[in-house]
Amino acid sequence: MTKVVVAMSGGVDSSVAAALLKEQGYEVIGMMLRLWSEPGKEDSNRCCTPDSMAQARRVAAKLDIPFYVIDAKDVFHNTVVQYFLDGYARGETPNPCLICNRQIRWTFLLDHALALGADFMATGHYVRKQTTDKSHQLLRAVDRGKDQSYVLHVLNQAKLAKALFPVGDYPKPEIRAMAEKHVLPTATRKDSQDLCFLAGEDYRNFLRRNAAEMLRPGEIITRDGRSIGEHNGLANYTIGQRKGLAIASSVPLYVLGKNAGSNTLIVGTQEELGSRELIARDVNWLSGERPDEPFQADVKIRYTAKEAEALVTPVNGNQVQVRFEASQRDITSGQAAVFYQGDVMIGGGIIL
Amino acid sequence: MIYLDYSATTSVDPRVIEAMTPYFSASFGNPSSVHRYGQQAEAAIDSARETVAAVLNCRPDEIIFTSCGSESDNLALRGAAYAMREKTGAKWILASRAEHPAVTKTLLHLEKYEGFLVEWLDTDEHGMVAAETVSKSICNNTAIVSVMYANNEIGTINPIKEIAEICKTNHILFHTDAVQAAAYLPVDVQALGVDMMSLGAHKFYGPKGVGALYVRKGTPLVSHLTGGGQEFSLRAGTQNVPYIVGFAEALRLTNEERVQRVTHVKPLRDQIIGTVLETIPDSRVTGPMESRLPHHASFAFKDLDGNLLLTLLDAAGFACSSGSACKTGNPEPSEVMNAIGLARDWGLGSLRVTLGKDTLPEHVESFLGALPELISKARKLSR
Repeated sequence: MTKVVVAMSGGVDSSVAAALLKEQGYEVIGMMLRLWSEPGKEDSNRCCTPDSMAQARRVAAKLDIPFYVIDAKDVFHNTVVQYFLDGYARGETPNPCLICNRQIRWTFLLDHALALGADFMATGHYVRKQTTDKSHQLLRAVDRGKDQSYVLHVLNQAKLAKALFPVGDYPKPEIRAMAEKHVLPTATRKDSQDLCFLAGEDYRNFLRRNAAEMLRPGEIITRDGRSIGEHNGLANYTIGQRKGLAIASSVPLYVLGKNAGSNTLIVGTQEELGSRELIARDVNWLSGERPDEPFQADVKIRYTAKEAEALVTPVNGNQVQVRFEASQRDITSGQAAVFYQGDVMIGGGIIL
Repeated sequence: MIYLDYSATTSVDPRVIEAMTPYFSASFGNPSSVHRYGQQAEAAIDSARETVAAVLNCRPDEIIFTSCGSESDNLALRGAAYAMREKTGAKWILASRAEHPAVTKTLLHLEKYEGFLVEWLDTDEHGMVAAETVSKSICNNTAIVSVMYANNEIGTINPIKEIAEICKTNHILFHTDAVQAAAYLPVDVQALGVDMMSLGAHKFYGPKGVGALYVRKGTPLVSHLTGGGQEFSLRAGTQNVPYIVGFAEALRLTNEERVQRVTHVKPLRDQIIGTVLETIPDSRVTGPMESRLPHHASFAFKDLDGNLLLTLLDAAGFACSSGSACKTGNPEPSEVMNAIGLARDWGLGSLRVTLGKDTLPEHVESFLGALPELISKARKLSR
């Protein structure tokens, strides 16, 4: 029997993933990571609390599969949480889920799964994997609204070879129905939102508690360099933000960008919002091969963004220039730009 | 799967199940009832009590049946603490640093909520409490001394006789947690000299959910579970007749077969210790080599995540345990690891392998064959 380790969170998706794989005849083993949480807030985290662990354990018992917990506190803190803090320190808006997927789930956890003798690792991600005789591809999930391919653009062929994504073929309501059919303890749990280690709070509170020195007041300036106010720490603002700027102005002003070097916040009018171009660095090509020629693609600039038509041109080193058909609002450095052709995810990189 | 975690629990001996069965449906009365049903049930627990007393070499009315070893510890410590304070005003309790949580947590409770004072007796690097340590620490305000007969994590057998002597001379109550010891060591309370002794059936091929506390006649004890007067008004609650019968039968068989069982497990245990030390780099035995439970092997491995090792072992078909594992994946070295002064980079990598009467040589061979690679895998992943 082919052995697969299912990365379980206690939530519906990973629980049903395990059930599906068992039905399909795999020898399934459930595994969960104990991640880092702020001391004293172990029970408030969105994911992987002692409570959700108990939940995952019950699901495993119901499905009659072994269940193991692996300690990943330190590695999670040192890679994911640190990446999060470093990103804000650089004036970016980081997406730590990208690092978590690459380093924690698909390296650390995958290594453990393989050590147990597993042939594959599966997650409850809404994404589809397609294998031709040449390579593995990741496709958007059948349920477009739930599609999670965006965070998986960091995977490579070697990791994809070991991956299974059972739930991506189904719309979410059907997954919930399956959970109910199997009478899985998680069937009625709500979907989780937001970053897993923020203890259910705003990221700003987290930064205040863990990297207060990052939040230094500085100048608010316009694109032409005029100083018009003071901000209370760059990390407190998001690109495109309008409210909370505390500037007296006759016209609405929006956050256009951040300059970490000078600790300045750049604001402008609605007309100044939006851009048709971005550069992304550290691009990962799912196929493993960097294209020589520019290509048309649908590009997502944020997990929740709608994809937009663009021309993607590989440029120096491992970067791409993305030129959109239409102007895009709130292109945010630190977020990922991910390119699709049809349902196939081609690759992605971090927006400069 | 090969089970190597007998210190955690054992299966119920079929002979014990046979002894218990009549008391579920055929003879189901409440021992406190006046009628024939009650009389039969009472007869069963009386008989069980006599059987246990025979093994312990004490009077039947010195045996109180409880729900488990932990409850026996609770009853002994709380019961004697209150009683001694009432009787003599003494309020110090002495216990070793390596006790089971059922003892340590109870004492911490007594300290925090009831105004008792607790002194923790140091152990040596093998977890042993020396008799001198006890004699140096007691004073005329000491109510109770509690030192376990044998340690569950590292197998240490403490000098119970000697400690009992000291307590007797100084008129201090001596309680010993013998939950781990009873499976393989003699439990003659006169020979040991203890005033109270805790036992739990599921460590010696009896069912989970029943234990006993020996209380020497004359020992002042305040009841813990109050109510209907059962168990000499010391432990209320309708007695769990079939399980009490099971407890007695399991203890009787253990006593009868003790020598064979020890002869069976000891060489296998020694083989494990010898082979591990030879084949695994950066490994050490925790607990003493002599004065050690005959079925018990425990180790510390440097730079290893003990929880991860158990996971790999289980996936490979071997059930073991450790002093630093936690099912929520958050391993911290146990109190015992700290008590014996084990550095953290060793203490997180503990492994306990305990054998039973049904362990076969091929089980041990298989385990020893698989272990080096699993340790190596775990070490690589823990880096």
